Amino acid sequence: MRRPAWLVASHYLMLIVLAFLCVAPILVIFATSLRQQVDIFAAPLNFIFTPTLENYRAVLEEDKFDRYLSNSLFVGIVSTVITLVLGCMAAYGLARFRFKGRTTIAYTTLLLRTVPLAVLAIPVFLIWSEWKLVNSLWGLVLLYVAVNLPFTIWLLYGFVLQVPVELEEAAAIDGCGPLRVFTKVLLPLMAPGLAAASIFTFRIAWNEFILALVLTDRQTRTLPVAASLFITDLGVDWGRVMAMGSLIAIPPLIFTFVAARQIITGLTAGAVKG
Amino acid sequence: MRTPSWVPALYLGPAVVVMAAACLYPVLSAFQLAGFDWSMGTPWESARWVGWDNFLSAFSNPRVWSSLWTTLLFAAVCVAAEMVLGIALALALEHPVRGMSFFRTLFILPMMIAPIAVGLAWRYMFDAQFGLINAALKAMGLNAQIWLADPNLAFIAIVVADIWQWTPCVFIMMIAALANVDSSVIEAARIDGARWWQQTFLVKLPMVMHVIAITLMMRLIDAFRVLEVIYVLTFGGPGDSTEILALHIYKTAFVGQQLGVAAAISVLLLAVVAVLSWGALRLSNPMKGEPP
Repeated sequence: MRRPAWLVASHYLMLIVLAFLCVAPILVIFATSLRQQVDIFAAPLNFIFTPTLENYRAVLEEDKFDRYLSNSLFVGIVSTVITLVLGCMAAYGLARFRFKGRTTIAYTTLLLRTVPLAVLAIPVFLIWSEWKLVNSLWGLVLLYVAVNLPFTIWLLYGFVLQVPVELEEAAAIDGCGPLRVFTKVLLPLMAPGLAAASIFTFRIAWNEFILALVLTDRQTRTLPVAASLFITDLGVDWGRVMAMGSLIAIPPLIFTFVAARQIITGLTAGAVKG
Repeated sequence: MRTPSWVPALYLGPAVVVMAAACLYPVLSAFQLAGFDWSMGTPWESARWVGWDNFLSAFSNPRVWSSLWTTLLFAAVCVAAEMVLGIALALALEHPVRGMSFFRTLFILPMMIAPIAVGLAWRYMFDAQFGLINAALKAMGLNAQIWLADPNLAFIAIVVADIWQWTPCVFIMMIAALANVDSSVIEAARIDGARWWQQTFLVKLPMVMHVIAITLMMRLIDAFRVLEVIYVLTFGGPGDSTEILALHIYKTAFVGQQLGVAAAISVLLLAVVAVLSWGALRLSNPMKGEPP
């Protein structure tokens, strides 16, 4: 049944308005980062201004910017890789084997997904001090792996279940060892799940700020923590903090445009199919 | 084929060890910490066992109760608005159109961007002097407001930011759920003479009730975990008008340096989230229908 033209037009009009509402605050971040200090405090509705890269220059020349960037990259990438490897193994173990304690592990994992990070901050600060992990990037990695594993395991669990066991058995009969069955048969079929899991994990490890604020020092600071230091009791250095915010936003924006479909799969996986 | 018991241990071991050490153990330690008087910067050995004192001082502090109330109100208002808006928009826009995947990409941007950037963007837009929102109000001939300096308006600001960030998520879940509804059922209802509202409320929505319930529970749980956006947007102020429980815990621990009391309040927040999680598990158990 064809829909009348006015209906189609209003459909698109609504989509465009919604898209604008979603994107506008993000555009505000980028636009402000390109404004001069005087323009920022002048007329906010003046959308025509001479863009300047002054704020970016100031942020990049900050004595430790390289350091913060490499800290963020290290924490983001290493946490994602470790979470993915451990999450894959655990999801496979939960989906394919029946053993004592399976239900306990499964439910505990589900519950850990819901722990507020503010609750973790205090005991983690104490325990990490004892384990000599405070102010260490590995301490941050360990924490991000732990908080991301529950979601990753349950996302990948659903994907393992979709792969027929017969496929693995056939490969085994053809002479594949368990490791090759895992890497050659299972992993390719789980690719969309792996993509979604890695984006969600990287997003947390790259964006997270409260735990990083508590657990890092001048040497191990990540970019979001460095950005937060532009917010002081005296006010906010808007130009610079927005330049920093824009730089932090770039990797997630790229992931979103490259892998939107996988992100949506990950988002809807548990609820819509279950 | 019987598998020896060390095989699953091999697969699950590493993940279980990491989650136990760096997530479960800290959570359980919060309970223990709640029984100690311990200040930041002093060695743990100097901490003193005080039993229930931290709980007593936490629960006799009116700021804890007002913070709990703020949290409940924030979660209720945000989640209700997000669910209603998300479902209504999904019903209005469920018909597949060309270019939808591009729009969906734009819709997930708000939840992918760093919470600190989200907080900054809204703090800038709500600014009383040079914010876009006041400029727009003035352009429409309305009065400018001191958004972040007025307790009620500041609360509206944190709600608006959360609705902006998470309504698209509800919308996308609902679009996906509605796409899964068997169209022949709707067709049958239409032929039987069901009106538009009957098709929607008596046929379509009941068929996706399961997804609505799970989305609602997940949104509720996450609303109690919100911290970073509010930290940047208002830092709980003015006064304690936007000081949700998570932020109150953070301030008690790392500004007030009372780690024991903060741990006691953590237990309260954990209890709220645990009740919600139990509800979520009842609604949607990923292991449901499996042989044990």
